[in-house]
Formats: sequence, C-alpha cells, structure tokens
Amino acid sequence: MTDTAIEAAALAMSYGRRGHALRDCSFRLPAGRICAVVGPNGAGKSTLLALAAGLLKPTGGALTVLGTDPATAREHVAYVAQDKPLYPQLSIADTLRLGAELNPGRWDTGLAERVVREGDLDPNLRVRTLSGGQRTRVALALALGKRAELLLLDEPMADLDPLARHQLMGTLMAEAAEHGTTVVMSSHIVGELAESCDHLLLVSGGRVRLGGGIDDLVSAHALVTGRRPVEDLAPHTVVESRATGRGLAALIRPDGPVGEGWDVEEPSLEELLLAHLRSPESPALLTPSTAPAGREREVTA
Amino acid sequence: MVEFRIDRRSGVATYLQIVQQTQQALRLGLLEPGDKLPTAREVVEATAINPNTVLKAYRELEREGLVEARRGLGTFVRKSLGSAPTDSPLRGELSQWAARARAAGLERDDVAALFSAVLEEQFTQSELTHSEKSEQHVTEGDPA
Repeated sequence: MTDTAIEAAALAMSYGRRGHALRDCSFRLPAGRICAVVGPNGAGKSTLLALAAGLLKPTGGALTVLGTDPATAREHVAYVAQDKPLYPQLSIADTLRLGAELNPGRWDTGLAERVVREGDLDPNLRVRTLSGGQRTRVALALALGKRAELLLLDEPMADLDPLARHQLMGTLMAEAAEHGTTVVMSSHIVGELAESCDHLLLVSGGRVRLGGGIDDLVSAHALVTGRRPVEDLAPHTVVESRATGRGLAALIRPDGPVGEGWDVEEPSLEELLLAHLRSPESPALLTPSTAPAGREREVTA
Repeated sequence: MVEFRIDRRSGVATYLQIVQQTQQALRLGLLEPGDKLPTAREVVEATAINPNTVLKAYRELEREGLVEARRGLGTFVRKSLGSAPTDSPLRGELSQWAARARAAGLERDDVAALFSAVLEEQFTQSELTHSEKSEQHVTEGDPA
C-alpha cells in the first residue's frame, strides 16, 4: 500500500469547445486523510473526482491513484457521482446483491445493510420509487459495502436531511477511523465538511488554489487589522486586503513576524476560503507534504 | 459511557471541547479512575467529527496525566479532577446564591456575566499568589 492516495501533476481536462474544466492542476493527497474538495460551482471539482475514479481520461498531465493509474486502481476505489446513478428497476435488496456480486471477496454485507436499515428503507422498494436523499443513502451503502481504500464522493450530503447527513457522516468517519480509508468529498458548502475533514483542496478556475492539512493551511495565514499602509505588509503575501474604518484589514501569508501596529488573528476556515475565492489572482499554496514530487519549489510558498 | 457534544458555533476548537468536556465529567464525578473513554470510532460515529480530532484530544488528556492509553484496550481515566461532586456544599451555596440573584431581579445573562467576572477576578489573582489560592480552597471547602 502506498502512502499517497492521489497525486496529480499538471493535470488538465478539456471538454473541447466548452473549454478547460481543469488546467495545470497539481497536488498530492496523502493516504488516510479525509479531504474536502471545495470550490464554486463549475470549478472543476466533479471533473477531478471523475478523473480519479478513472471514468474520464485526462487531456493533459499525469494522475496516479493508490500508486497506479486510475483504471487499475478501480477495484480499490469507490465513487459516488453527484447524480447518484443506480438502476431504477432494481429493488434496494437487488442493488446490494449486485454490489456483492461485483465485489467478490471484499463486500461487507453487514455494513451495506445497516446503512440502508438506518434510513428505515424497505429493501424490497424499487430504486425508482426512492426520493433523492434515499437514493443517496443506497448509493453510499454500495460505496461503503465495497470496503474501498479510497472513497470518492461527489456532493454526498447535498440532498440529505440534517439527521441523515449527521448519521451517514458519522458512519463514514467510523469506517475511516477503523480502516484508515481515504475519503475525498466535494462540496460547495464549507460548514458541513469543516468538522469531518482534516485535509482540503480548494479548486477554482480549474486549478488547485489551496492544498494541505486544514490546520496547516489555517495557521499559514493571518488576519491582520491596523491603521497602517498596505506597503507595511510588503514582506508577506497579501491574499486580500480592504479598508476598514480608517485602517486596513488583510488576509496574509506571513513571512516572518508581522510588524508592530497590527492586530493579528487566526482566520477561520471559512474566512480563509472566501478570501481566496474573492482574489482569484492570489498565488496558490500547497503545504510541503502535499506538493507533488519534484514540484515543491515551484508551488510552495 | 460519557458522551461528547460538539458545538460547531462555539468558536472553541473541537478537540478542546472534548478535552474540556472530559475534564468537566471528571469534576462532576461522571467519570472516575478506571473508567473507559469511548473509542475514537465510537466518538466519530456519534458526532461525525474527524477521527484525528478525537485522537488529538485524547493525547492532550494523556499529556495532562488524566487518562492513559492501554494498547489494544482503549483509553482509561487515571485520576479524578477537583472535588465538586454534584451534591457538594459548594454547589449548594452556589445554587442558593443563584436563587438570590434571581429573586433580586437579575436576568440569566446578568448572572452569567457576574459569575464569569468573579471567576476571572479570583483565578487571575490566585495565579499571582498561589498560597492564597490553597488557603481559599480550605475555607471554601468548609460547609459552614
């Protein structure tokens, strides 16, 4: 088993005339992390997950999944697409039986059935009669039953009610705690993932803007407020700055101590993400352990 | 088994909430030496937080000497904290005081603010003069 779940180098994906979904996308995701892929609509999150699942072929760059190419890794990867595709004519029980047939030797019947049962779903119901949230539950039961090393979940929580969301996220975390599963979840809502994830990829404009452990990324930034000119912040990387009262508030990546006259605070994860989304020109930051091999110099700040 | 409540809006780091709630459970006697803390799996299943957050909290409790990890068995309480069980004289006095404050027309928030102000005052002072603190403990503990 490799210590890298996903590694992308200059990964690009173009859908012909519709333009680039991803371009020059580089990062490394260490194994065993719970990673949030966040970014605005159309940022390239779904494309990135579909590439890692081996369902799309990149038009440029390189991508390794669990130390091999995505197609070879598929046996050890479970992927739940955003629209939760299932066979509408099958019953829930048949859907799970299909999961068992397709994953001989690794299928966990008990877990898959428990996930369905916790949603009070009758296994004899046909998939086409289920609501969106119920389909999500069945799709997650399939993904969890596979006992994959890497779970790729595209907007997994979007159409779940708060109770189901909490319960399924708890089940996911419990599986990760016990088996060291790497989980990658996309979302455009930061709040729902902040407590569950320890790793972050911020994707926007087809690029990875921030990548690394959430604690490391947050502590690499500071919110400073003061009645000083912006030139005062010159030694640091200023991600975003704006006037506040007679002074200035800025989100910076400090390079050395911040001078006197500034009130320094640690930003929240949400503040960090919003500042980067509002400033598309700010340089990317990948923490050292998450830069792809051989590119650390270029991409780390 | 002790349960952790994670308040996402509290502004307190999640691992610290677990540390503080364990300390509180020790103070209230809800946990005693030899008791087992829930496993990381049990905590994350109930709270949906990240497994590493639980491990970080348990490491901190271990560093404080309050719990110990026994390989393959789990994490166990090593010692209790403070001496204010739920039925202690101190609690009784505080309860009477709160009732008087309420009777005097104070709102819940006023009482909370007053209490934290006094707490702040007492504990900043007592850090400066440590001996005074131990003296206070003796007198406070007296049910007179």
